[in-house]
Amino acid sequence: MTATDLSLPTAAVAAPGNRGTSARRVRSRAWRLLGYAALVLAAAGLLLPFFWMVVASLKTNNDVFTIPITWLPDPVVWRNYVDIWQRSDMTTWLWNTLLLSVIVTFLQVLTGSFAAYGFARVRFPGRNLLFLAYVGTIAVPWQSYMIPQFILMSKLHLSNTLWSIVAIQAFGAIGVFLMKQFYETIPEELSEAARVDGLSEYGIYRRIILPLSRPALASLALLMFTTTWNDYLGPLVYLRSPELRTVQLGLNTFISQYNAEYALIMTGSVLSVLPVAVIFLLGQRYFIEGVASTGLKG
Amino acid sequence: MSRNTVAGWSFILPNFLGFALLTLLPVVVLFYVAFTNWNVFGVAEWTGTANFRRMWDDSSFWTALRNTVYYAVFHIPLTLAAALGLALLLNRKLRGVRFFRTIAFFPYITSIVAIAVVWNQLFSPEYGPINALLGAVGVDNPPGWTASATWSMPAVIIVGTWRYMGYYMLLFLAGLQTIPAQLYEAAETDGASPWQRFVHVTLPGLRTTTFFVTVLLTIESFKVFDLILVMTGGGPGQSTLVLSQYIYQKGFEENQFGYASAVSIVLFGICFGITVIQFMVNKRRNS
Repeated sequence: MTATDLSLPTAAVAAPGNRGTSARRVRSRAWRLLGYAALVLAAAGLLLPFFWMVVASLKTNNDVFTIPITWLPDPVVWRNYVDIWQRSDMTTWLWNTLLLSVIVTFLQVLTGSFAAYGFARVRFPGRNLLFLAYVGTIAVPWQSYMIPQFILMSKLHLSNTLWSIVAIQAFGAIGVFLMKQFYETIPEELSEAARVDGLSEYGIYRRIILPLSRPALASLALLMFTTTWNDYLGPLVYLRSPELRTVQLGLNTFISQYNAEYALIMTGSVLSVLPVAVIFLLGQRYFIEGVASTGLKG
Repeated sequence: MSRNTVAGWSFILPNFLGFALLTLLPVVVLFYVAFTNWNVFGVAEWTGTANFRRMWDDSSFWTALRNTVYYAVFHIPLTLAAALGLALLLNRKLRGVRFFRTIAFFPYITSIVAIAVVWNQLFSPEYGPINALLGAVGVDNPPGWTASATWSMPAVIIVGTWRYMGYYMLLFLAGLQTIPAQLYEAAETDGASPWQRFVHVTLPGLRTTTFFVTVLLTIESFKVFDLILVMTGGGPGQSTLVLSQYIYQKGFEENQFGYASAVSIVLFGICFGITVIQFMVNKRRNS
């Protein structure tokens, strides 16, 4: 597997079971209660903004800020979810974002996993130096080279097209890095055996490595999809025409246009978060594996 | 060229072409543009160190640099502590820990724009729930948060910490799982208190993780941008103006590509320098 399986509970900190004295048992129960209290508190803090977002999206505009605070919408204004489609270009925004996210994810997974195989499994001169260039750029903030990149993209006549976002996102180092980490956990003997059987490197990649790396590919795909979906800065720099706006850009222009429509703004926010939330809940195991394996072993 | 070299390059090439053109090349070109006077009409005029001399006298640049450091100095330790605390809590055998791990990670994968606008509502000075809560517990003069030059940066730091702690928590959780349970059992047999076990078993066991988290967190802090851009736009005044935003302003709003690139070099240098120093310190500690 990629990383340590985080879904397994560990015995590390838990108190030992049957050899404890009763005083110990009382103490361990007190710790448990304290643990739960801390958990509930932390969870409330983490979720409150999302709760507010959903609740406010179902209120009338005047009800969003009331003193004392109303924690449940009354009346429930489902109309906000109809209004937002009529008053904004939500369809265009969502479509653009979906298109970009799918293309970028596809290219990242394809070229990233392919390149990672070269780095992890084929020995050739200069390989490590080349990989260092990839890893090195992870430490370089995008903001520091966005200016020369923008100049370059303008010369290529790609700025103010959706291709610009595809270009800047699809060949990043993250995919190469993540997949290489994963491939290195696959035993070399497997490839050796295949080589003896006469398979080429491409054959090994396609017939053996790819089928084995489904969980890692899923992690990478989910991470890339959400990153592209949520990206704000890239589209802000490159997509100037209103019809090219992504959901993040669109939402932000909507906020500045209708800055007193608190409820509608929250409706738009919910819509911008919803697809990612659904994907996240479906694939949360892969997210965790992906982060744990890129994050560590570096 | 050996067969391996051809095979190796053929795997890497599709990605490398894009990477070299769109990432490596811009990084190299940055060091040229920074020494030119380059505006939107695309004529570069070599001006030597003029951009850097201008930066030295530019009070807005210093404000942006100071604010960036301000953000980092608070965001790094706060997030580190919160992430470690959450990880320790969620590494226990409690009901529902998986659910909690999931929700802790959720802020990290949701969009900045949605997050910023919700928090702005929560922080709303007069009617927002945060100040209502503070009022209820007896704070007479609750902060003005994003409307106040003093409180805008703390507000941004709170949201930044809230957003990123779940991500680093996952890294810590993965690290915690690599510490052998026998070490804890041995420590307990020796009569070590929970605190002693934390200091003598957990912390040393997490050293590599902590190091890695700190590196990532530092880079993340110094490049902070979209959160601030959407929450405060750098204001009020210049109270939350950070380096990345200053680069954006000079480059894309005022079309001073040369000057913006010079500021970019400073940002680049800081992130690169910090990473190198951290790796050197870690290496020395390990040997």
